[in-house]
Amino acid sequence: MAVHSITVKVNGAEERVRVPSNMTLLRLLREELGLTGTKNGCSAGECGACTVMLNGQPVNSCMVLAVEADGAEVTTVEGLGSGDELDVIQQAFVEVGAVQCGFCTPGMLISARALLNRNPNPGEDEIREALVGNLCRCTGYKPIIAAVQRAAKMMRKR
Amino acid sequence: MLPRPSLPPGFDYLRAASPDEVVGLLQRHGDAARLLSGGTDLFVKMRDGAVQPKVVVDVKHLPGMRDIAFDEGTGLTIGAAATMNELVRHPAVQARYTVLAEGARAVATYQVRNRATIGGNLCNCSPCADTAPALLVLRARMLVYGPGGEREVSAAEFFLGPGLSALRADEFLMSIRVPVPPNGSRGKYLKLGRNRGGDLAIASVAVLGFPSEDAPSGYLFRIALGSVAPTPIRTPLAEEVLAERALGADAFAAAAEESMKAATPIDDVRATAAYRRAMVRNLTLQGLQEVWAALQ
Repeated sequence: MAVHSITVKVNGAEERVRVPSNMTLLRLLREELGLTGTKNGCSAGECGACTVMLNGQPVNSCMVLAVEADGAEVTTVEGLGSGDELDVIQQAFVEVGAVQCGFCTPGMLISARALLNRNPNPGEDEIREALVGNLCRCTGYKPIIAAVQRAAKMMRKR
Repeated sequence: MLPRPSLPPGFDYLRAASPDEVVGLLQRHGDAARLLSGGTDLFVKMRDGAVQPKVVVDVKHLPGMRDIAFDEGTGLTIGAAATMNELVRHPAVQARYTVLAEGARAVATYQVRNRATIGGNLCNCSPCADTAPALLVLRARMLVYGPGGEREVSAAEFFLGPGLSALRADEFLMSIRVPVPPNGSRGKYLKLGRNRGGDLAIASVAVLGFPSEDAPSGYLFRIALGSVAPTPIRTPLAEEVLAERALGADAFAAAAEESMKAATPIDDVRATAAYRRAMVRNLTLQGLQEVWAALQ
């Protein structure tokens, strides 16, 4: 099986890695680069636990080959915020208590951040559409939606 | 089954640079080659072991393969590897092809729509492909590339059965050409799933209506159904009712009945055949009412 040399920018840092054809972006992030914030849930593009931004767009990283990400920019949950300072969406999740077991949270944060990037003032329907591919097995959806609304409000105040 | 973060080993990934390279790889490897566009269906099948390719040929970087272009004369040309979200966002698609925008937006989830492509949606030839009913009522044509160069296949002739398209073994879909919709037309795509987001369709209906002096009723309608036959289908008898009878509640009810009769659904995990038939009638009626309201 062929091995490919790729360059990918992950959370601002350029990474040169060698990846076999069958390695997914999810596996590259978690097991080669040690970024375990991104979770492996269903391995079928259904649950959204593995959501990362690929060139600014949220995608399921279990459904992208690492070699397909050659030349791309990837943002994981570790890339939100700066240093010890939380991103506004993370701060809102904390303040609202939008976390139960936490497994879906990294994917939720990435999908929500991507939504706010393209639409700083989303309505509830738009939030639901943006998060429909992020399943929460604890079913704590209401505070998650409230947290996205709160983050949008915090962004407007800044 | 344990979740598998990577795909099964045993295949090589190749990024195709030209259409002829794709054809050559298909001829050399036959069934052992699989074309990759968004991967949202292919990778599921590979993880399931349903397909075990030796070569995965990435076609989305071919020249023009992701372009979406609109021309007032020739209409819309969509590269087969344009993603669902690229299609939904495109100004001309939003303004002139609302039924197609609604179909593309009905596919799976937001993240999946950032990867899933229209070409993949069509070439999988699932009866429930959400972009297919819209392309049937818009009379799209598929631009196919093979050893002899390009050829066109109408959307009506493209779908042959579940998983089966009019593509020959050494051909692939390059782009989709969608003519300018008839003057004054309005369209609607309605999808019923087990939930409102992410699910495959139990039944779906696309309706396109427009004023026409050729029709005794003053209007022509085109109706297509998804998920209720071996392929997406048009409903000629329902369309005939609407061309000939005075338009109103009675004609819409009669057309919805004919639409239901055109469906030949099966029982499956998502719904029974009987439920699907009933929903085809309801969705057709709702679609006609909404399009009719928009036409006034």
